[in-house]
Amino acid sequence: MSRETALVTADWVEEHIDDDNVVIVEVDEDTAAYDKNHIRNAIRIDWRDDLQDTVRRDFVTKAGFEELLSSKGIGNDDTVVLYGGNNNWFASYAYWYFKLYGHQDVRLLDGGRKKWELDSRELVTDFPERERTTYTATEQDKSIRAFRDDIQPALGSQNIVDVRSPDEYSGKLLAPAHLPQEQSQRAGHIPTAKSIPWSKAANDDGTFRSDEELTELYEAQGVDLSNDTIAYCRIGERSAHTWFVLHELLGVSNVRNYDGSWTEYGSLVAVPVQLGSEPGSPEGGEA
Amino acid sequence: MCGVTAGGVSTDGLDLSKETVIQGVVSRGGQPVGGAYVRLLDDSGEFTAEVPTSATGQFRFFAAPGTWTLRTLAPGATLDRAVRATQGSVVEIQVELPHE
Repeated sequence: MSRETALVTADWVEEHIDDDNVVIVEVDEDTAAYDKNHIRNAIRIDWRDDLQDTVRRDFVTKAGFEELLSSKGIGNDDTVVLYGGNNNWFASYAYWYFKLYGHQDVRLLDGGRKKWELDSRELVTDFPERERTTYTATEQDKSIRAFRDDIQPALGSQNIVDVRSPDEYSGKLLAPAHLPQEQSQRAGHIPTAKSIPWSKAANDDGTFRSDEELTELYEAQGVDLSNDTIAYCRIGERSAHTWFVLHELLGVSNVRNYDGSWTEYGSLVAVPVQLGSEPGSPEGGEA
Repeated sequence: MCGVTAGGVSTDGLDLSKETVIQGVVSRGGQPVGGAYVRLLDDSGEFTAEVPTSATGQFRFFAAPGTWTLRTLAPGATLDRAVRATQGSVVEIQVELPHE
């Protein structure tokens, strides 16, 4: 993977907006944003209603994903271009999710909805119609998804990257500051995790920094990019952004997104937790 | 819609004793600016959160006590404001953007 195959510019989208095999998809945390307006020809995927199992905390099944994409009119050979608000957090999450189920040609619009709006590019209110397809997904590619039982053995041997804001990492905040703070889980971070907020990988307008800047960002924090890496945040969407940077833009292999993230880890019983601004030792504690 | 109503979103239903709220309105020439982006930066200048303003120009953050910077992005404008927040209170901020 590389920047050329994973990322497209706003200009590229404007040039290909009417291409038959290009499907533009908006995915937002605020699922009402699409209703207000969206890029012409863009369809919507709702990260909660469409991508989450309705009973247990997990993704929809392979059959569920096939039905979703078929109903949305997305074919196996289509180029899917994802974009959204919040600096592409949930669009990155959807990108990772599409890769999990084996979609070949999926790309992210650099800067997402914000860059598009700040450029004052065209947004419309009419809803496109796409003909139903018969989509075939692969089994989940577990090589890019980490589970809670993968975390303990990784302490001290793999890179663990906490991409939340510094105050969430230290334990001062429990959630991103646009959400209420009262939460059930413990505050802090996974011991040994390096704090490299997702936002350091992006410019103010939401576009990604250059490959050189990105490599420098992780290496300066002591992340050995030749070693295996697990990224996490609160619920796995911001860490999908970092997974995208490492695995798709920089082409680093063996990067996994831990989608259980802090809402799962911070609720586990009898696991080590580290408080404060230092990574800490595998045993955890208060720095 | 005409003119900006001072103050942010209603705090009905929030337990303010546990929250540290920074909220307000973005305007330009006295008119609310919807769809602007307000970023909350911590005391080291690091990004903490970002929200788009509502149709009535309003935004809200649930922060922690301390010193923060609000950075507002809109087409053709970027504006920084320093903010001091304390727990159990609501800080109201008016962000007036320069004319385009």
